[in-house]
Amino acid sequence: MSEMIHLTINNIPVEVPQGTKIMQAAQTIGIDIPHLCYHEDQRIKAHCRLCSVEVTGKRRLLAACSTEVWEGMDVHTDTQIVRDTQVSILQLMLANHHKDCLSCPRNQNCDLQKLCSRFNILKSHLPSVVKEEPRIETNPAIVRDPSKCIRCGRCIRACKDVQGIAALTYAGRSSDITVTTAFNKPMEQTDCILCGQCSLVCPTGAIVEKDDTQKVLDALQDKNKHVIVQVAPSVRVALGDAFGLEPGAIVTGQMVTALKLLGFDKVFDTNFGADLTIMEEAHEFLHRLEHGGTFPMMTSCSPGWVNYMEKHFPSCIDHLSSAKSPMSMFGAIAKTYYAEKAGLKPAEIVTVSIMPCTAKKFEAARPEMGRDGCRDVDIVLTTRELIKLIKYVGLSIGKLPENDFDSPLGLSSGAGAIFGATGGVMEAALRTVYEKVTGKTLEKLEFMDVRGFDGIKECTVNLPGRDVHIAVAHTLKNARIIMEQVKKGTSPYDFIEIMACPGGCIGGGGQPIGTTNAIRKKRMAALYEIDQNLPIRKSHENPDIQTLYHDFLSEPLSEKAHELLHTHYHKVDKPYSFN
Amino acid sequence: MSTPIKFLTKNFGAYDTSSIGAYMNIGGFSALKKAVNMDPEDICTLLSDAKIKGRGGAEYPLGRKWSQARAVRGENKVVICNADEGETTTFKDRELIKNDPFNLIEAMIIAGFVCGATDGYIYMRAEYACFRPLLLNAIRQAKNYGFLGENILGKGFNFNIHLYSGGGAYVCGEGTALIRSIEGKAGRPRMKPPFIKVSGLFARPTCLNNVESLSLVPHLLVDSETYMHCGCGDSIGTKLISVAGNVNNPGVFEIPFGTTVREIIYELAGGIQHDREIQLIQFGGASGKVADASILDTPYTYEDLRAAGVMVGSGGILVIDKRTSVLDFLRMNQEFFSEESCGQCTPCREGNLHIKIILDKMAAGTATPEDIKTMATIARVMSMSSLCGLGETAQNSLQSAMLKFPEVFDLGGARA
Repeated sequence: MSEMIHLTINNIPVEVPQGTKIMQAAQTIGIDIPHLCYHEDQRIKAHCRLCSVEVTGKRRLLAACSTEVWEGMDVHTDTQIVRDTQVSILQLMLANHHKDCLSCPRNQNCDLQKLCSRFNILKSHLPSVVKEEPRIETNPAIVRDPSKCIRCGRCIRACKDVQGIAALTYAGRSSDITVTTAFNKPMEQTDCILCGQCSLVCPTGAIVEKDDTQKVLDALQDKNKHVIVQVAPSVRVALGDAFGLEPGAIVTGQMVTALKLLGFDKVFDTNFGADLTIMEEAHEFLHRLEHGGTFPMMTSCSPGWVNYMEKHFPSCIDHLSSAKSPMSMFGAIAKTYYAEKAGLKPAEIVTVSIMPCTAKKFEAARPEMGRDGCRDVDIVLTTRELIKLIKYVGLSIGKLPENDFDSPLGLSSGAGAIFGATGGVMEAALRTVYEKVTGKTLEKLEFMDVRGFDGIKECTVNLPGRDVHIAVAHTLKNARIIMEQVKKGTSPYDFIEIMACPGGCIGGGGQPIGTTNAIRKKRMAALYEIDQNLPIRKSHENPDIQTLYHDFLSEPLSEKAHELLHTHYHKVDKPYSFN
Repeated sequence: MSTPIKFLTKNFGAYDTSSIGAYMNIGGFSALKKAVNMDPEDICTLLSDAKIKGRGGAEYPLGRKWSQARAVRGENKVVICNADEGETTTFKDRELIKNDPFNLIEAMIIAGFVCGATDGYIYMRAEYACFRPLLLNAIRQAKNYGFLGENILGKGFNFNIHLYSGGGAYVCGEGTALIRSIEGKAGRPRMKPPFIKVSGLFARPTCLNNVESLSLVPHLLVDSETYMHCGCGDSIGTKLISVAGNVNNPGVFEIPFGTTVREIIYELAGGIQHDREIQLIQFGGASGKVADASILDTPYTYEDLRAAGVMVGSGGILVIDKRTSVLDFLRMNQEFFSEESCGQCTPCREGNLHIKIILDKMAAGTATPEDIKTMATIARVMSMSSLCGLGETAQNSLQSAMLKFPEVFDLGGARA
């Protein structure tokens, strides 16, 4: 039990544990000290200075985000100099910010805008000093708009401290300081793996997902197109955030209704694709065990992670499972099996994916993810873009009636549902691997050792004849630790699951703005709740998956399965070119 | 008439700066020999009794700093000599390095002994690269003589000195930026805490001192009496100052505290060129405050200068004659900060930019009284809320000029 500190904030007595910062102490009595660079999951930067407060006896203002309280401290958050500072700093930021708010992707969801509204800043006293720079839209996933950057450094910290990549950094100094990539290269030409964590923490519209909502609206209006949609497991537990529901609220049925009301011809489930991925990946693992192959085998459903392997550990590519991600498997099946069943030509079908992820936009655009010049997944929307579409048609998720996914690509198991959480793919795979190897029914489906928010989790599963050593990691900073071992040949594991984003897809770079680790944990719990409540909890017991194999693919790893459901990744040349 | 004094500068010209033998012949390293037989706490007390304040500009009491550095628990402590000397019109440390390099090395070893450090770093500004051979030679010879390395003077004390050259950024004179620069990172300040005395260079406890502060120590250990008899009031001893601008004899001078500004400018610095009138005097470099000629009879002490609205700061004195307007001076000073802000924190990054714009508007005759108000607010916000000392002090000159030269900023009457 740490010592309690007594202080006053605006003359109100406050008692908080030692080590508490002024900002959190103020929150305990309902005072929100304005801040922009501060983010609860990041180490403190104290750059924006917006949280400056007056402390009696101190000559200068102190940053509330970085200053620990002390016994007898007397804090004032509402004096003239504090107010002048808050307003001046916002004015200074505004003068150097491209204020096209009405057409900004972050309109009404922008921290700077909210603060200017809070402080009733009705006009800017300062001349604009924005350097007009074009938006940087060179890749299918992430768009940067430097003229909106307020140099808070949140994206830099996310890239460096969470992912260990540091593709973004400060460059220059004084008013010329920018947040940019090495040599100002487009992001995709740097170490960046397009995970989008930067876009998730950006307080303004300086880094955003590439907006593809109009493409979807256009497709939905096209009478000659049959537009189907698949939704990733983690979207249904994140979507509600934007509609005032509690974090982690499960809105599967309402989401299906919303998509139907938006006009999609069929609303399918990526969880079905996840079950299919498990069938292929589990059998691939068993095949490698029986016939030899590269170990440890590593999952490949996280596109940020695949990009990371291609760019940062190209020599280890063979460790990746050749099984495509649930999204891409779904896409391939949609344009073949489903097309056949529905009596449509692949080109008549538009496959839309709703993903928690910016890198999925890149994955869908990979040339190997399609055939005969036709993409398997035509358009990928992030959760954030889906929120926009739902708001566009004026729906309120919380009030919508519930609906079921359509058949035949809508039925899924609990194993598919937990794909969205770190450890979920592994748990799903183990449920199938265990039963396939032993021929016995798995009594306890929960592999608790691979659940939870720890960066790297390990367990050993006893299979007949051998123990299988498992590791699960999320964030690429943790992945690097695992990969250094793999690269050296000292990895003690047989099977490794890696998710690029913190918490897995539930914390993906395309999730709603405001996603924090605390919220990620609630979404994670919600996914396990979905799994718990489903009648079918193992991928191989999904009857529609069984039908798919029976009618179309024959068996896992069959020739047809290989053609449609497996792929190969490539070494990407060193990201830097000095030309 | 001011009396020339040689305390800190007494070795200047007295020995061959390339030879440790020559330095020892004039008593070099006797302070170190004395120090290692003293209780380090007594050395701190000596510095405190002499009321030595940090000579870099922040004016932090040296004895207290060393005492705190001693008290910090931690392995592999570091002593850094800040030879960045980036303040404009400040070039006194240059003279100390150039004319008495061995004294600086000796001082750092004493600092290492007192603080319990294992390594010393000299962070020297890029422009002083010409002194690298001199210092590297001094370090090598000191090592050969056993004053650096293992078990120094048989006292079981290990200490080495490393020389590091900066890349040329003014902000790297700020402690945390300087440390980041040595660490190979971009030289940008970071928030405190952690304070560098607890977690500084390579996360080791670090004691950072200015060249002049350090250089005083060996002299004080050998002859504190002379020092204690100089100065006046709480400003004991002597001070190295550098005078620049429109004076006949710009240069570095050692003065006893209490010498008047008039004596400094009209005697030591030879008066104003062509006997012109003084427009303003800036004390302490670009981050220093300004005064008008009414300050001439103020004694140069910490207390008297503060009472007169300026500060000793870095020890630089810039004298500007009437040919330059107050506004043009401020614009020049602002140009400097608009370049040298690191750009991380909002008030300093954006504030310097907007103040420059308003000063330029004033020069063009297009500024409004509203602009002056805005400028004053931004300056205050910068000084109150910036991340580091650069932003805190960048508008010292403007804010003091607004007090001393209100007519320059009074647009209301002129434009009505």
